[in-house]
Amino acid sequence: MTDYKISAKGVQVYYGDTHAIKDVDVDIEDKTVTAFIGPSGCGKSTFLRTLNRMNDTIDICRVQGDIRIDGEDIYDSAVDPVQLRAKVGMVFQKPNPFPKSIYDNVAYGPKIHGLARNKAELDEIVESSLRKAALWTEAKDRLNAPGTGLSGGQQQRLCIARAIATAPEVLLMDEPCSALDPIATAQVEELIDELRQSFSVVIVTHSMQQAARVSQKTAFFHLGNLVEYGETDKIFTNPEDPRTESYISGRIG
Amino acid sequence: MTDLSSTEPKAHRSLKVADARTKKRNAAEKRFRAYGIVAIAIGGLFLLALTYNILKAGLPAFTQYVVELEVTLTQDEFDAAESQMLKTAAYTDIFIGNFEANLAERGVAVPYDADAIERLLGKVGGDIRSYYRENLDDIGQPVTFQLQTSSRVEGYFKGRVNRDTIVDSRFLMGSDLDIVDALRDSGVLTSRFNWDFITGKDSGVDNPGGAGIGASAIGSLFMMLVVLFLSLPIGVAASIYLEEFAPKNRLTDLVEVNISNLAAVPSIVFGILGLSVFIQFAHLPQSAPLVGGLVLTLMTLPTIIISTRASLKSVPPSIRDAALGIGASKMQSVFHHVLPLAMPGILTGTIIGLAQALGETAPLLLIGMVGFVAREYPDGVVSGFMDPNSAMPAQIYTWAARADVGFYEKAWGGIIVLLIFLLLMNALAIFLRKKFERRW
Repeated sequence: MTDYKISAKGVQVYYGDTHAIKDVDVDIEDKTVTAFIGPSGCGKSTFLRTLNRMNDTIDICRVQGDIRIDGEDIYDSAVDPVQLRAKVGMVFQKPNPFPKSIYDNVAYGPKIHGLARNKAELDEIVESSLRKAALWTEAKDRLNAPGTGLSGGQQQRLCIARAIATAPEVLLMDEPCSALDPIATAQVEELIDELRQSFSVVIVTHSMQQAARVSQKTAFFHLGNLVEYGETDKIFTNPEDPRTESYISGRIG
Repeated sequence: MTDLSSTEPKAHRSLKVADARTKKRNAAEKRFRAYGIVAIAIGGLFLLALTYNILKAGLPAFTQYVVELEVTLTQDEFDAAESQMLKTAAYTDIFIGNFEANLAERGVAVPYDADAIERLLGKVGGDIRSYYRENLDDIGQPVTFQLQTSSRVEGYFKGRVNRDTIVDSRFLMGSDLDIVDALRDSGVLTSRFNWDFITGKDSGVDNPGGAGIGASAIGSLFMMLVVLFLSLPIGVAASIYLEEFAPKNRLTDLVEVNISNLAAVPSIVFGILGLSVFIQFAHLPQSAPLVGGLVLTLMTLPTIIISTRASLKSVPPSIRDAALGIGASKMQSVFHHVLPLAMPGILTGTIIGLAQALGETAPLLLIGMVGFVAREYPDGVVSGFMDPNSAMPAQIYTWAARADVGFYEKAWGGIIVLLIFLLLMNALAIFLRKKFERRW
């Protein structure tokens, strides 16, 4: 049996009376890009947010089932969601840099988690994170400029840099390219591919081409069910479930 | 029969000619704009009329009329006056004696009448006495006094009475006006800016000329300090808890509804609450700025809580997500990210709340912060949170209620001072908002 990074069994999510995620089992491997695809409202983003307990912030949301990261139940009452989120970083659909300088955006996570002992170490973390996010060459001369003054694509890469600065082990990305133009999208996709060397990346996307380009594993969600999960190549070329095939060929969605 | 597929060309209509529908829409739009302009114009007109009235009635309060005179008081005269029963009367006599000689020296021809002079300069005895008692070294030296004329004389200069309407009284006789005119024409009697009104304290009911708003302004200042340092931290803490941390349930709903209701409670209710709780139950001193500040804090809290919650709500949730997503705790996300963004709104709300409190009168009447004669305070300066004092709006109310017409202009003048304070506070609110907004 392989050691999975994330292992979810029998996950149910309810929003009030709505049953948003129905009995989903998924095992996610380390150092792999896993894509969640499916039509709008199918629950893929909801499921993604259960993986770092961002759903805790929604009062009416209830999560049942068993989700383990490195074998630890993340919904155990002893688990501090704040520590969990430092380990499982997240990049959101809309770029949401803090209204602070570029430097402060990246340095904020390491600061609150005490990852740097002094200014020099912090500088180093900021530089390496911006380098990994392919933003260093554009940003190095304007580290004190506001992060909100960057273009949309740059802002999203800044958010990625901010997420990886806290040295997470898993990176969750919720449609990170939906607000970006094709060139910025290509840059972010290239970036995701590089991030795979260090993290396990889970990405929610509406673009099947994107899923095919960046991911090794793909999961297809439909109406709250996980319909099919497997190697990306197989899902896109030879899906087992007729619903997957209809979605991929553009008949449902 | 009409054929739908008729090839008959549709009549060409130029875009330059508006059709009936467009004309109607454009007319409606024009009408609406006109309504708006009319509404604003009416508002502006009222504001203009109000400002004009306030300035017209209140500006005279900033002018006072004084008689300049050099006096040399000898030690013997001082000792003699201090040994008399009616000390100020003795000084008045000394002054009047000096005055006649002085006028003759300066070659000013005035139909001299000691009684009339005493009427015109009713308070001089007290003014001279209090000066020498504080400056014993000046006895024997020539001292130039600028002595304030009585409020009746001021009334004559400010147009409250003229030679036709004057009624002879023990305060002013019609015949005295000849002397007044002569003094003014010769330059002995001049007008100057009334600093006493800005810095002074309230005066007796028969001496509107000596009334000032300074002491009650200090009372207002002490109250505002109490309000600021209590209501800002309590209000902001309550709002942050309710908005960011409190579970949404019946209890918090109830608290929320009640805060909104409190904002609409008449201020006099807060006054009676303050009277029964702070004065009768907690035995805090009556008329103290501390009590006034506590009452106004209760009144200001709902305003601050409501505006703070509104500005917390207006911070985009994506900022909270961003902070939580990289492992910030709830409190870190609020204090590091949400609160700084909400700060301009919080400060604006706070200052508007303070401005409201500054202008509040009704609750102060109930806790005894009504204008008083500060005779108990020789220095006239109110020194603390526990000393009895008044506040500007209560002082204005007191003046407006007094019988002597001289207080009328004081009331309006007080309103001008109060409005200047309010304008300054609003300017500060705008400045702070701009300053904090520019940071990102």
